[in-house]
Amino acid sequence: MDLGEIFAYAFVQRAMLAGALIAAVSALLGLFLVLRRFSLIGDGLAHTTFGSVAVVLLVGVSPFYVTLAALPLVMVSSLAIYKLTSSKKINADAAIGIVSSLGIAAGITLSSLSGGFNVDLFSYLFGNILTVNRTELVLSMIVFAVVAAVVFYYYDDLFAVTFDQELARSMGVQTERLNVILFLLTAVSAVLAMKVAGIMLVSALLILPALTALQLSVGFRTTMIAATGFAVGAVFCGILFAFVLNLPAGAMIVVFNAVFLLLVFGIRRLFAGHG
Amino acid sequence: MPVIRVENLTFRYNGTEVINEIGFTVERGVYLAVVGPNGSGKSTLVKNILGILKPEKGRVELFGRRLEDFSSWEKIGYLPQRLSGLNIHFPGTVAEIVQMGLPKKDPALLSDTLDMMAIGHLGRRLIGDLSYGEQQRVMLARALIRRPELLIFDEPTTALDPETRDVFYALTQKLNRQEGTTVALVTHDSGVVGQYAQHLLYLDKKVIFSGTFRDFCASADMTGFFGATSQHIICHQHDSTGSGR
Repeated sequence: MDLGEIFAYAFVQRAMLAGALIAAVSALLGLFLVLRRFSLIGDGLAHTTFGSVAVVLLVGVSPFYVTLAALPLVMVSSLAIYKLTSSKKINADAAIGIVSSLGIAAGITLSSLSGGFNVDLFSYLFGNILTVNRTELVLSMIVFAVVAAVVFYYYDDLFAVTFDQELARSMGVQTERLNVILFLLTAVSAVLAMKVAGIMLVSALLILPALTALQLSVGFRTTMIAATGFAVGAVFCGILFAFVLNLPAGAMIVVFNAVFLLLVFGIRRLFAGHG
Repeated sequence: MPVIRVENLTFRYNGTEVINEIGFTVERGVYLAVVGPNGSGKSTLVKNILGILKPEKGRVELFGRRLEDFSSWEKIGYLPQRLSGLNIHFPGTVAEIVQMGLPKKDPALLSDTLDMMAIGHLGRRLIGDLSYGEQQRVMLARALIRRPELLIFDEPTTALDPETRDVFYALTQKLNRQEGTTVALVTHDSGVVGQYAQHLLYLDKKVIFSGTFRDFCASADMTGFFGATSQHIICHQHDSTGSGR
């Protein structure tokens, strides 16, 4: 089977487009989160997504709209992590741990109430970008447009807040509003990323492209563009290899993200050694 | 119209009083030194003035406007004691950081400002790759690039070598005297107080002294508070510079 044949399938086209958009969104937001030491928020929100999906499945929402229906609960959880951290008495990792464990506990309890784990819930645990539906594709496009617009419009403010929150505040940046926007968008991104990589691997989409781009030691804007490029590249390579080798697409996307990181890290070490 | 007006400012942290009913004003063109022992609330005061912390009660005005309504932040250049959350992996170049918040990037202005702090050669380096002293110079350049009307420095020279420190203070003095820039400087360095600042605010959770340096040196109350020797040391340094304020 050649590349032309693979790309001729409508579901592959949908998967590539949705995957690329979601990966780009995750990478853009991931850079800010990693630098602010919120790397594991993806894990926390993914676990909450598990609980939220269990809620939506329990109340009998059509599988077609599960992603959409799970959003509000995950957004509330994201804000809860932010608020817990803002109190200054709870560190980011602990706040994520609290929300994460509650999400898992809710998921398990509700699954039990609905007669045990079912196939639908398991499909969200491991994700499958190849089954992305039209609603999710449209949602990905909307979210990408919103995130790109927010990053473009608030670039200077996001830069300042990521560099140093107190300094940003002294420059008149509305840090509270910006943080709420960032955490809400992260929630949306985590729910969408669940479709690409599954709940188990959501944080990889947020963390790995950012870490890979950071290895380049270039300026902030270039790092952001590079992270997006690595993320989209990993989606294309991952889906392609998954299709050809009949392997899970989500896992392959994450594997390619990790390969890019190792490659860039290795090349950088090589050049540093010769410097 | 004062550049800074503080009225009855009180701030508590976890129930512990850090500053209590502080009030003072800073007029335009003044070079003010804010001094006091460790834990006296100097940095907390600065953070309350800049809206970084929210006071329990009291009022702050900047350039005649209540802090809540103030929006001309380009008039203020601030250098914190240390960056609260600098991630050494932050991929910002020196040029990006110095120009942070500038509405329009200006290469000539950037170049002048970097040269002023003797870091013109570091423009493309990442902030995390620099020494602490170099980072401090970058942050000074950032505070100065907008040519602000009010400069607020919180222990600005702790990481600087003596030579750069002298350059820094000479620069602040020049900005203050020639361009009328108001300077509020939190410092432990009594020599600096005597040499550069015309006004002194002595804090120890509340205002112990607020006034001109001359008044401080002549004050019998302050002699009683500090002891004659300490007061004499500070005021003698002032005299020895011959700045005669």
